[in-house]
Amino acid sequence: MNHEIKYNKLKDIVKVYLPEDVSVDAITLESNFISELNINSANLVDIVLDVEDEFDIMLENADMDKMQTVQDALGIIDAKLEAK
Amino acid sequence: MEKIDIIDQLPYTEPFLFVDELMEVGENGAVGAYTFSGDSDFYKGHFKNHPVTPGVILTECCAQIGVVCLGIYLLQNEVDFTQKTIQIGMSSTQMEFLFPVLPNEKVTVTSEKVYFRFNKLKCKVKMHNSKGLLVCKGEISGMFKSNANA
Repeated sequence: MNHEIKYNKLKDIVKVYLPEDVSVDAITLESNFISELNINSANLVDIVLDVEDEFDIMLENADMDKMQTVQDALGIIDAKLEAK
Repeated sequence: MEKIDIIDQLPYTEPFLFVDELMEVGENGAVGAYTFSGDSDFYKGHFKNHPVTPGVILTECCAQIGVVCLGIYLLQNEVDFTQKTIQIGMSSTQMEFLFPVLPNEKVTVTSEKVYFRFNKLKCKVKMHNSKGLLVCKGEISGMFKSNANA
C-alpha cells in the first residue's frame, strides 16, 4: 500500500469525526487532531478503532499517546504494518 | 471489588445519585436498580401538574448504572481506588424513550459493553420498569480518567 493510499484512507476515516465548522480541506499532514481539527478525545478513540479495522492492526496505549498529528498516525500505521 | 464498594466509588451524591443497588457486574456488563423518589424537585416542573421522569434523568440513570459502575469495575485492576479518584465524562448518547416512568417507579438498568479501549467505555443500555416493560434503550459512551487524591 503506497503512502498516498494510506493518507487518503486515513482522511476518509478522520473526516467522519470532524466538527461541522472544520472542513475536510483543513486536514494536512501537520494537523493536530485535538488542537487544530477540534476532534475531542472520545472521537479520537473512535478514529483509532476505525484505523485498526481499516488497516487490520492493533494499537496500544503508548501509540495513542504518540498520536498527536495526522503524520504521527501515518507513522504508527506504517510501523504496525511493517511489524505484521 | 464488591458491588457495594463500586457504589461507594461513584462520584455522585444526592440529589444526583441514581443507583440504589448493583445486582450484577462483570467483564461484559452490569445490572442495577433505582427507584425514582416522588419527592424529587424535577417532578414539580416536568410537567406542570403531571409529573413524569425527564428523559435526561433516565439517560443519567442508565449512564450511572450501566456505564460508570461498569467502568469502575473494569478499571479496578489498573487503578488503586484507595490512592486515586475517578473522573468521568459522558461523551455521547443515543437514546430512544418508549414509555413514561412515573414518580416512585423502580427501574432496572442492564448494560452490555460494546468496547472499553483507551479509557473510553461504550455500552448498549436498556431500562425496564417493575412490570418488565422496556422503557428506554440506547448507546452511551463515557471517558474515564484517574487522578491522585489531593
